[in-house]
Amino acid sequence: MSARVGVVLFPGSNCENDVIEAVRSLGGNGEILWHGDATVNGVDAVVVPGGFAHGDYLRPGAIARFSPVMDAVTKFAADGGPVVGICNGFQVLTEAGLLPGALQKNRRLKFLCTTASLRVESTDSVLTSAASVGQVLRVPINHFEGNYTCLPDTLAELQDQDRIVLRYVDNPNGSVDDIAGICNEARNVVGLMPHPERAVNELLGSADGVPLLQSLLDATSAVAG
Amino acid sequence: MVFSVHVDVQLRPGIADPQGSTIERSLPTLGFDGINGVRVGKSIRFEIEATDEAAARLEVDDLCRRFLTNPVIEDAVVELTEAGVPA
Repeated sequence: MSARVGVVLFPGSNCENDVIEAVRSLGGNGEILWHGDATVNGVDAVVVPGGFAHGDYLRPGAIARFSPVMDAVTKFAADGGPVVGICNGFQVLTEAGLLPGALQKNRRLKFLCTTASLRVESTDSVLTSAASVGQVLRVPINHFEGNYTCLPDTLAELQDQDRIVLRYVDNPNGSVDDIAGICNEARNVVGLMPHPERAVNELLGSADGVPLLQSLLDATSAVAG
Repeated sequence: MVFSVHVDVQLRPGIADPQGSTIERSLPTLGFDGINGVRVGKSIRFEIEATDEAAARLEVDDLCRRFLTNPVIEDAVVELTEAGVPA
């Protein structure tokens, strides 16, 4: 049976269909999880997609973290289920406390819409297991608040535990230590600003998102098995 | 009792404030010299009902910590004044 990937839909999400299509192109099944339902419907993996959940009011992710679905996502993650937050989804996961740190406005107040080169730093996570360390992936970025920051102690912990899974080759937004993506201590929750779902076909400019999303699909069979 | 609350949210010292620095950089071109340390924050006002000031403050502090600020990057200063007894 193909993996069921639940994609959380908040009012203001706008990348949910891209994720579902990308998952489908890799042989998985994507389905929407409505933010107002306090369940993940028994899916094998959860993606919190990009967009502007709840209009990004107050702070990106600040209101989304209180949506009923987030309690279910938190429990799913605590039970070892694979969870990935992309762009606004990364912001939601930090606000929800599933990942440490915060995402502030980009250096020099610059909105970024381009393709970034990412270096895979660790393959020990649900989003990078099918990639190789040192591999450089070209993946689109599209954000205003992607400048990752955290307390010095948190940064030391991320570094010491090899939890920085992706770094920008050429830091576009001012993120501390060139961080593009991190994972939690159990390595089953990953957040990243770049959009792997927009890089699954050469026709769209890059297929470098495939190893990342393939890793997520692989992680679902690891959990099921 | 009803209390008027003003929450002043500011980025913590040491956290870069691109809005503040952009404003600061533009000041000389407008003829404003000698202005330094511009920081941009948020101002949130509301009313709260509580038995006394201590209880109101406790609840507002909790609200700030869990929702109105992100403690990783922001601090809040709370001003609380008595607004009267609810009708």
